[in-house]
Amino acid sequence: MKPLSSLIQRDRVFDFLKPRESPVDVRHGPILYLDEVSVSFDGFKAIDRLSLTIDDGELRCIIGPNGAGKTTMMDIITGKTRPDSGEVWFGTRHDLLRLDEPQIATLGIGRKFQKPTVFEALSVFENLELAGAGDKRLWPSLVARLDAQARERIEETLELIQLTEQRDRAAGVLSHGQKQWLEIGMLLMQRPRLLLVDEPVAGMTEREMARTAELLRGLAGRHSVVVVEHDMGFVRSIANKVTVLHQGRVLAEGTMDQVSKDSRVAEVYLGAPEEELVR
Amino acid sequence: MSEDFAAKRAGMAHGWLVRPWHERSTQVFLFSVCAALALVTMLHLALPAGHPLHVSAYTVNLLGKYLCYALLAVALDLVWGYLGVLSLGHGAFFALGGYAMGMYLMRGIGERGVYGNPELPDFMVFLNWDRLPWYWHGFDMFWFALVMALLVPGLLAFAFGYFAFRSRVSGVYLSIITQALTFALMLAFLRNEMGFGGNNGLTDFRELLGFDLRQGSTRLGLFIASGVALMFGYLVCRALICSRLGRVGVAVRDASNRVRFLGYRVERVQLYVFVVSAMLAGLAGALYVPQVGIINPNEFSPLFSIELVVWVALGGRATLYGAVIGALVVNYAKTWLTSAMPDAWLFVLGGLFVAATLLLPQGIAGLLAQLRRRKSAKRDEDREALT
Ligand SMILES: Nc1ncnc2c1ncn2[C@@H]1O[C@H](COP(=O)(O)OP(=O)(O)O)[C@@H](O)[C@H]1O
Ligand SMILES: [Mg+2]
Repeated sequence: MKPLSSLIQRDRVFDFLKPRESPVDVRHGPILYLDEVSVSFDGFKAIDRLSLTIDDGELRCIIGPNGAGKTTMMDIITGKTRPDSGEVWFGTRHDLLRLDEPQIATLGIGRKFQKPTVFEALSVFENLELAGAGDKRLWPSLVARLDAQARERIEETLELIQLTEQRDRAAGVLSHGQKQWLEIGMLLMQRPRLLLVDEPVAGMTEREMARTAELLRGLAGRHSVVVVEHDMGFVRSIANKVTVLHQGRVLAEGTMDQVSKDSRVAEVYLGAPEEELVR
Repeated sequence: MSEDFAAKRAGMAHGWLVRPWHERSTQVFLFSVCAALALVTMLHLALPAGHPLHVSAYTVNLLGKYLCYALLAVALDLVWGYLGVLSLGHGAFFALGGYAMGMYLMRGIGERGVYGNPELPDFMVFLNWDRLPWYWHGFDMFWFALVMALLVPGLLAFAFGYFAFRSRVSGVYLSIITQALTFALMLAFLRNEMGFGGNNGLTDFRELLGFDLRQGSTRLGLFIASGVALMFGYLVCRALICSRLGRVGVAVRDASNRVRFLGYRVERVQLYVFVVSAMLAGLAGALYVPQVGIINPNEFSPLFSIELVVWVALGGRATLYGAVIGALVVNYAKTWLTSAMPDAWLFVLGGLFVAATLLLPQGIAGLLAQLRRRKSAKRDEDREALT
């Protein structure tokens, strides 16, 4: 088996890890731009005038206590939840609030869910095949044939997520960590420009976690990656820039060292001792 | 199981994940249907009427009816088993296909009706209508009726599905509105003013394409046509299931929201499969009506649609052949029981459903698969013991 580093090292660019041509226009600024976004559920403000920009090629970590609105923010970006007010732009050309989920996905925004969601009745191979970057419209899907190139991409991804041996098993029988990896693999198969990754290492072993960190770091640059994670050690190992979310708004932003010194940040993590943050 | 897997690999070389006609299950299914058709035909034609193995024209007719039910069950299994849409109104598509064929047969009666009107069916003369309603035109041509038997259910499914799937109605709510749909159609077709014969429906048919419907040879022909239609329907479903779209359908069944974030338009996938299924149900109805000689609003009754869900549940969901087995078994039991104990049927039906849900969640097909697995495990054991 090829070591991971050979698959993601910068000087050898593997075709299947390259993002697809995306119509997104980033010449004049960031790839993702949220401005004064608010959403409330039954009067409860889950997102409160949130503004955030992600630069092209950036790897950004978002941390924050449970209920801070991290998942809701991803719901808004991917079209699952409509905000009450505010603006969300992908590049300078695409107003995401005018698009629905499949359109946003097709533009090149991929998402991994907090609770790993794979298609349990389908095989690992088929899960990756469906995620693949082909034409997702009705007729092309009906007559789609898997060509050699597409199959090779799937095989390479299988190797990368270390599920080659499970390729023909139903995804439902995988362990939690393997499902996480499979969903990451599906995300890669989509070849998105922007990856939104919600709590990717929950349920993973130390080793798997290190591998995930390596993978995400390798993706940055050609992709923009937004990672939501609770595990501070993990965040420290991948992020250069961290955004702290609290009660639906940005509490602090900066390097891990900067935000962990912030007294307000320490305050919201009350209960989680400060050392954990600083570790 | 392993053969299917080998076929999967063989198909992959050509760019399919699996070719439907390479699947062993499909081959076995098609072979079984052909063999059954040949056997019944032989026993019917070759043996004298007194022979204990002789199959009477009555039985041929009955079997033809069951085959139509089997096709209907396959159509339902396509949407329920492979798309997760539990339609409790599939009888409506079946009945519409049946009415289209009934209209052709009705117009074929011509002057031989009680009133001898060459243009108007008897019930219209009885209602003092002087002209054929516009929607009865064209039904004197067989091809037109056949096209309508597919088109009308397809269009209804399209209109219904367009709104239901676009508003993301799913689960129990969807089931309930499909039930409401068939109930509404039943009420509409019961009205005399609708022009479909009211609660008597359409009946007293004479001939189909010039063949006398009461003749044994015509019944045999219809039986064989039903078997061919069943194989056709099975292949259509199988080809759909083996396509990427079919796998998207299964993904929609299990996690429809997730599918959207991969860029697929879930509502279009649902709509497409639903329409295909409705058209197959319409085809089943069109073949059913000349064999039973009547179509009336009973076919729209919510109870019938629920009954056919029981066939599929008992036979085994998401296997197609399970739906066929379920339709045959339940309808055979029904024919037998309604002559033995006419009042008991509804209780038996309910009992079957409860039994299927509790004891056989995977239906008869699941039971068969389990037996097969046990047998092959035993074979492996024996082989190991030998070496
Ligand atoms: N669809 C919804 N309906 C009602 N409340 C919601 C919904 N989605 C999220 N919330 C609430 O919004 C808050 C933020 O949730 P979430 O974004 O999941 O937090 P995080 O991912 O940061 O833990 C929580 O209090 C949650 O209960
Ligand atoms: Mg969350």
